[in-house]
Amino acid sequence: MAETTIYDKSSPGRRGVRFPQPDVPLTKLPESLMRKELPLPEVSENEVVRHFTRLSQLNYGVDIGFYPLGSCTMKYNPKVNEAAARLPGFALIHPLQPVDTVQGALHLMYELQEHLKEIGGFAGMTLQPAAGAHGELTGVLIIKKFHEVNGEPQRNKILIPDSAHGTNPATSAMSGFKVVEIPSDGRGNVDLEALRAECDETLAGFMLTNPNTLGLFDENVCDISALVHEAGGLMYGDGANMNALLGIAKPGEFGVDIMHYNLHKTFSTPHGGGGPGSGPVGVCERLVDFLPGPVVVAETIDDGFEMPFYRFDVPKYSIGRMKAFHGHFGMMVRAYAYILAHGAEGLREVSEYAVLNANYLMHKLKGVYKLPYDRVCMHEFVIEGRWSGIEDIHALDISKRLMDYGFHPPTNYFPLIVREALMIEPTETESIETLDAFAEAMLRIAEEAKTNPEILHEAPHNTPIGRLDEVQAAKNLILCCGLPTQYAE
Amino acid sequence: MKVESGLKYTKKDEWVRVEGKTATIGISDFAQEQLSDIVYLEYLVSEGDEVAKGDEIGTIESVKAASEIYSPVSGTVTALNEELLDTPETVNSDPYGAAWMIKLELSDPSEADALMDAAAYEKNVAERDS
Repeated sequence: MAETTIYDKSSPGRRGVRFPQPDVPLTKLPESLMRKELPLPEVSENEVVRHFTRLSQLNYGVDIGFYPLGSCTMKYNPKVNEAAARLPGFALIHPLQPVDTVQGALHLMYELQEHLKEIGGFAGMTLQPAAGAHGELTGVLIIKKFHEVNGEPQRNKILIPDSAHGTNPATSAMSGFKVVEIPSDGRGNVDLEALRAECDETLAGFMLTNPNTLGLFDENVCDISALVHEAGGLMYGDGANMNALLGIAKPGEFGVDIMHYNLHKTFSTPHGGGGPGSGPVGVCERLVDFLPGPVVVAETIDDGFEMPFYRFDVPKYSIGRMKAFHGHFGMMVRAYAYILAHGAEGLREVSEYAVLNANYLMHKLKGVYKLPYDRVCMHEFVIEGRWSGIEDIHALDISKRLMDYGFHPPTNYFPLIVREALMIEPTETESIETLDAFAEAMLRIAEEAKTNPEILHEAPHNTPIGRLDEVQAAKNLILCCGLPTQYAE
Repeated sequence: MKVESGLKYTKKDEWVRVEGKTATIGISDFAQEQLSDIVYLEYLVSEGDEVAKGDEIGTIESVKAASEIYSPVSGTVTALNEELLDTPETVNSDPYGAAWMIKLELSDPSEADALMDAAAYEKNVAERDS
């Protein structure tokens, strides 16, 4: 590997910082606490700076280029949100401060709760969950407690479509539920007959992602909700794909009782290493009392001021706290800034352009790549990375080759119901030139698959390191960097 | 893709070999092709356990995906292929032979009759593969 570790750059005696002579008497640490060796790299300040700056330049993110990672909504993160989150009144407060000294922050949280309720059609909202899967856990624990309080603890089964995100069954299993998979029908919708067969007195809930991971809006969503509700179950909505619905459809109005948002997807807060995430959960009227506490409530006090007084409240049947303090507050500030900057019409346009961009790309690719569910898509679509007659070209080869063209690969091998799946989500923030360049690269790769398959098998060629051995990486975990020999004795 | 004759197959791509009252279970060549490089295998049952048709009996993981293995028939577990846990890549190289996973003593030997034979399974895969 061409890149060296910081230890490889170490030279005995070299240092970046020299401490001044202490101006207080020295006290020796007890012998038992003294280490004989401290194997830290010995490097100068500029070596450290160059090393990590160089590594940071090898990174790829939305600020570098197009990132069509399906199901992740890698939209651009507006920099004005960062400025808002860094305002001292938001950045320098402490979660244990008395509420009367942080009324501005509570106002923001309250308003964000209200906006998210309005956008999704919900009666209550918690901002606590740290990310999407944590929001799912919150929602599924609410389902559990709801049935317990209603005297129906025998409801121990959660139904999940075969197109679902893997976190759905994982969350349900972790919460003690039995998971039953429901197949998709030929159009990519939930198979209603299979669903009907599982709607019995043990049904606790159904976890639906709509649009689903094929990028398709389930045309029978109201029938699904009706079946689940008639059987006494609750509808959980996985809000990962909300970027398709803003201002167009409210999940609360098509029968979803509980839904998590991903602020780091739909509402443009940073993803991954730049995160953390944030997964607020909205609920319908009959579940408001089960939300994790505390939630922000507003009290109007007749004291001559117009601003209400905000405080924290714990709902009656609360499932308890899901997160230390109040969740990832900095993300709430960014999402709130995003919502205010767009307004209702702007948010609707976000979804309209997200859907338009996805359909534009889908139509550019669909003659060359197989589109297993050929319908108008929502914010993303799934194609197959394989052709009959061309043996041995896989989705992975296409993904790796895309890196040579300067693009982040799409999600591959998900959803599991599509062979050699390539799941592409362009988001609304990309220009037509970027979409055209990506389509052009995809079409050239399809051509290369026929004429020069080796170039795909050996890709990527233009990256700092080539194809990694994923089998070894999965089977032979080395989680600690080996110390150089001079420290090894 | 190879479909071994003489075995019975499920829609979820397990195979079962019935010899008298003993059933040997594994996953098909098509399944291993779909999963690609297998890196991990775990059994969810132990010797002596009773399993019903459709129960989860194992989990298999590749560089691409993790997948459950379901029992094609009902019976009592008599043997697990422990060696395979250390060399799960054998599932890629010899799915119908050395990569057998679990042996059961059948509670109802006629149960396997309802499963697909090699010809029916080949057709089933071809339909899914189109």
